[in-house]
Amino acid sequence: MKPILSCREVTRLVSQGLDRRLGFGERVALRLHFAICRSCTRFNRQMSFLREGTRRLADAETLRNR
Amino acid sequence: MTPPDDFRSRIEQQRAYLLRFARLQLRDRDAAEDAVQETLLAALGAEASYAGRSELRTWLTGILKHKIIDAIRRANREPQASLDDADDAAALEELFDRSGHWGAPVAAWRDPDASLEQVQFFEVLEACLAGLPAKTARAFMMREHMGLETDEICKELGITPTNCWVMLYRARMALRLCLEARWFGVQETSRR
Repeated sequence: MKPILSCREVTRLVSQGLDRRLGFGERVALRLHFAICRSCTRFNRQMSFLREGTRRLADAETLRNR
Repeated sequence: MTPPDDFRSRIEQQRAYLLRFARLQLRDRDAAEDAVQETLLAALGAEASYAGRSELRTWLTGILKHKIIDAIRRANREPQASLDDADDAAALEELFDRSGHWGAPVAAWRDPDASLEQVQFFEVLEACLAGLPAKTARAFMMREHMGLETDEICKELGITPTNCWVMLYRARMALRLCLEARWFGVQETSRR
């Protein structure tokens, strides 16, 4: 795993991180990138949010009855 | 009321939820109805094995997931026109410049947690899901809605893990853009 990732590569890895356990090198490379890239940091949060939102989708109807 | 009838009516109360759960994955009302019907029948016949160990909804959802996977398998066997894929891949590439950096900086989503309390947000999310190519949406929902592991999804859809990751990646990228355009963007302008 090369130490410097492009933003495009980061987005792929962030997505894969939601589907498989990333290797040590991959996790370090992501951290290094997040430390200097606000866009990818935001992207990472948005992906976690998307997961949370989709998980709650089936229960969303209950919000209507509040 | 006798206990068996009570069980039946408690199960019946979960029908609407189960139907919604199935419809989100299967995108087909009839197929969803069938899966739920099979689930309720199976549940009635398995009352003894329920024994109140978990919440009824959780238990029923567990049965339903198996029925949904059966339905996906059946649908997979039928020949399907695959017009999907190619164009959304191209749209994704435009997000980045030639060196792989963001073409435009990623904007922060304002107060996303508040969105999770709004039914309108979920309506937008559902609309965004409906806009995905069928196969992409199926893989994404198997992962995030049904909570299956990628190797199960690959097996059921007959694709390689790499293919699976690519599909999930595309789904997430497309959903992110859609939510930004249809929810987080709108929210921002309405606050001005």
